[in-house]
Amino acid sequence: MNVLEKFNQQQIEKLNAKVPEFEPGDTVCVNVRVVEGTRERVQAYEGVCIGRKNAGFNSSFTVRKISYGEGVERIFALYSPRLESIVVVRRGAVRRAKLYYLRGRRGKSARIAERTDYNAASKSA
Amino acid sequence: MTKRTGLLATKLGMTRIFDDAGKHIPVTVLQLDACQVVGVRTKDVDGYVAVQLGVGKAKVKNVSQAMRGHFAKAKLEPKKKLVEFRVSDNALLEVGSELSASHFVPGQYVDVSSTSIGKGFAGVMKRHNFGGLRATHGVSVSHRSHGSTGQRQDPGRVFKNKKMAGHMGDRRVTTLNLKVVAIDAEQNLILVKGAVPGAEGAYVQIRDAIKCAVPKEAPLPAGLKATGNQAA
Repeated sequence: MNVLEKFNQQQIEKLNAKVPEFEPGDTVCVNVRVVEGTRERVQAYEGVCIGRKNAGFNSSFTVRKISYGEGVERIFALYSPRLESIVVVRRGAVRRAKLYYLRGRRGKSARIAERTDYNAASKSA
Repeated sequence: MTKRTGLLATKLGMTRIFDDAGKHIPVTVLQLDACQVVGVRTKDVDGYVAVQLGVGKAKVKNVSQAMRGHFAKAKLEPKKKLVEFRVSDNALLEVGSELSASHFVPGQYVDVSSTSIGKGFAGVMKRHNFGGLRATHGVSVSHRSHGSTGQRQDPGRVFKNKKMAGHMGDRRVTTLNLKVVAIDAEQNLILVKGAVPGAEGAYVQIRDAIKCAVPKEAPLPAGLKATGNQAA
């Protein structure tokens, strides 16, 4: 491991973010810390994870949802200290790593079937 | 006015860190690899005041006899790279002392110089951001060329410094006023906000920003390592 990788590893350990196991297609609820003036509160952002970028400390993921009839996508840094927590609401069965095809779809055709064979124990092992 | 020495470091690459507010900051990680004072230049002997710094560790078999003598005089192991920094009289250092990353203080501004990544012979669109010629309307072959290079019989020549195609990159570039985000004294790392010229692994020179005041907390004459190991 070179010095830069070691440095990134240290950053991950320092931030100590609790990241659950989740994949593209899963519906996740991201609790984001928002600063309003002087007050800080937690805002929930729930939608479908349509892609993940795995790049160690620089990893991120994209969450898409339909807000008031308008599609909204938000990219979060996986280890960001701004994220209070990430909660997996529903596991989706998809065959692609990036679900960009959802962008052109609405309603019925934009649904994702629930994964029935998900085994949390085998994943964490 | 005091002028402190700069530092000679290696560019490791870029990453990000999160500040206390959780804001993401893009940083370049620079590492000091046994940065020691190899020689000094004084007013009496050389006519100017400077320190010569060396970093890394060179194989003795690859060091010329003359340079071996130079390192022997300083009682140091041969260094990979040497560089001089002009300093003021009160910031002169002793030969053999090792500099640490704590030479700079988080929050201060620095200038970083290095040799930029070479791009080879580059056309005018890449080198000078020219617009090129049209895609259609009768333009043939020369879609990425420059246009006219001058006027008519008067002046009848192309002016000097006319921007044209040619070699791009691989020259010394200095980026001014980069903020030092953090210092890791243990691993001798300096984290500078934003990009720094040069390829990963390149040697970069870091100095106090000439356009910003040096903070009072900055160590004078320099931030030295506590244990000055005098390796012969």
